[in-house]
Amino acid sequence: MSQTKNQTTDIVFRVRRFDPGQDDEPNYEDFTVPVKPGMVVLDGLWWIKENLDATLSWRSSCRMGVCGSCAMMVNSRPMLSCNTQVLDVADQVLLLAPLPNFDIIRDLVPDLMPMLENHRKQMPWIVRDDGEEQEAPTDQYWQTPHELEKYLQFSYCIKCGACMAACPIVAIDNDYPGPQPLAQGYRYLIDTRDGAFKERKKILSTEAGPWSCHYAGECSSVCPKGVDPARAIQLMKRELVFDYLRLNKKRYQKPACLLPPENRSGRRSEIPEPPAFTVEGAVSNNPPT
Amino acid sequence: MSMRQTKLWSWHVIAGVVLLVLVGLHMAIMHLNGILNLVGYNPAGEDPIAWENVVFRAQQVTFMIVYILVLAAGLFHGLYGTRTILFELNPSPGVRTLITTVFLILGIGLFIFGSWAAIAARSTALALMQ
Repeated sequence: MSQTKNQTTDIVFRVRRFDPGQDDEPNYEDFTVPVKPGMVVLDGLWWIKENLDATLSWRSSCRMGVCGSCAMMVNSRPMLSCNTQVLDVADQVLLLAPLPNFDIIRDLVPDLMPMLENHRKQMPWIVRDDGEEQEAPTDQYWQTPHELEKYLQFSYCIKCGACMAACPIVAIDNDYPGPQPLAQGYRYLIDTRDGAFKERKKILSTEAGPWSCHYAGECSSVCPKGVDPARAIQLMKRELVFDYLRLNKKRYQKPACLLPPENRSGRRSEIPEPPAFTVEGAVSNNPPT
Repeated sequence: MSMRQTKLWSWHVIAGVVLLVLVGLHMAIMHLNGILNLVGYNPAGEDPIAWENVVFRAQQVTFMIVYILVLAAGLFHGLYGTRTILFELNPSPGVRTLITTVFLILGIGLFIFGSWAAIAARSTALALMQ
């Protein structure tokens, strides 16, 4: 764009509106927004709320592509409204709608609870027997950089729901949990510190597992954080099939243990102690010294 | 049922691989014989559907086993795949059970019928030798 900083361009924000208390079905409403270079879609929505219609609803929080709250359909593609430049995606009309494959709470606010419920079913946490060590860690678990690489990219998920909106199977199959929960399931399935492979595979071996994925790959192409859920789902299938065929016998026998004593360095001296608690009655997670 | 979907999917993949190999074999023997010249399978000449060649293959116990294997793999792969497609139409649990039951009966029935045909073809071919 050759525009200078203060030049504005009128862009029509065509927003899908729906108030379940009043409307029978959604309808579109146009708002003309003076867009300056650098404005993101979220800025335009705030401008509408402050100047044209205070009832317009959406969900947002961090404004910097970290919290995942503001995902919506921008020109029919799931994107984060906070890191999408208006002038990059529109020169006259910008079409905004809530994420599909979710119920609509109001206007641009989708109901993400079904996704989060499915996420919870995948046990998205490390499961181990040594609860005491987890509560008061004495050192690091023994995990190589290569083992870390296996799940690292999947841990960047911000649960925005863009992948769920893009998935053609989520659109038609009520039993399919979708790419977000499954990718997070794989993230913990492959983590060598985890010791719950048996429990996880029981969950994944049902209709609610990865088996309905057609590998359309749309989930990966729309992810604003560059996560590749489609890959996670295929790798998850491979892990489960290899386990069933007894081709990876040793992989899940034991979770990673603590570093062996000769590799332990203890707390690094240059790292200062945490400040004292300002809330009365707060309990320290630090191990007793 | 424990591990049900993993088992079904694993066998679906295995059946696919079996089909790939055996259909490859079929292509080699029946359609590429002129190029590959597989004399061992077509001793009466290049034409794989010449009567003598057909009878020769039908007499072989290996072919009978392969026919039954192709049948089993094809039926499982095809019926499980069709069942998956139908399940994506979101049928009710009752209809799902019905689809599974019908496909199970259909699969077993066709497998018995097809296996009988393969065994009977061999018996006929052996009888023709005498």
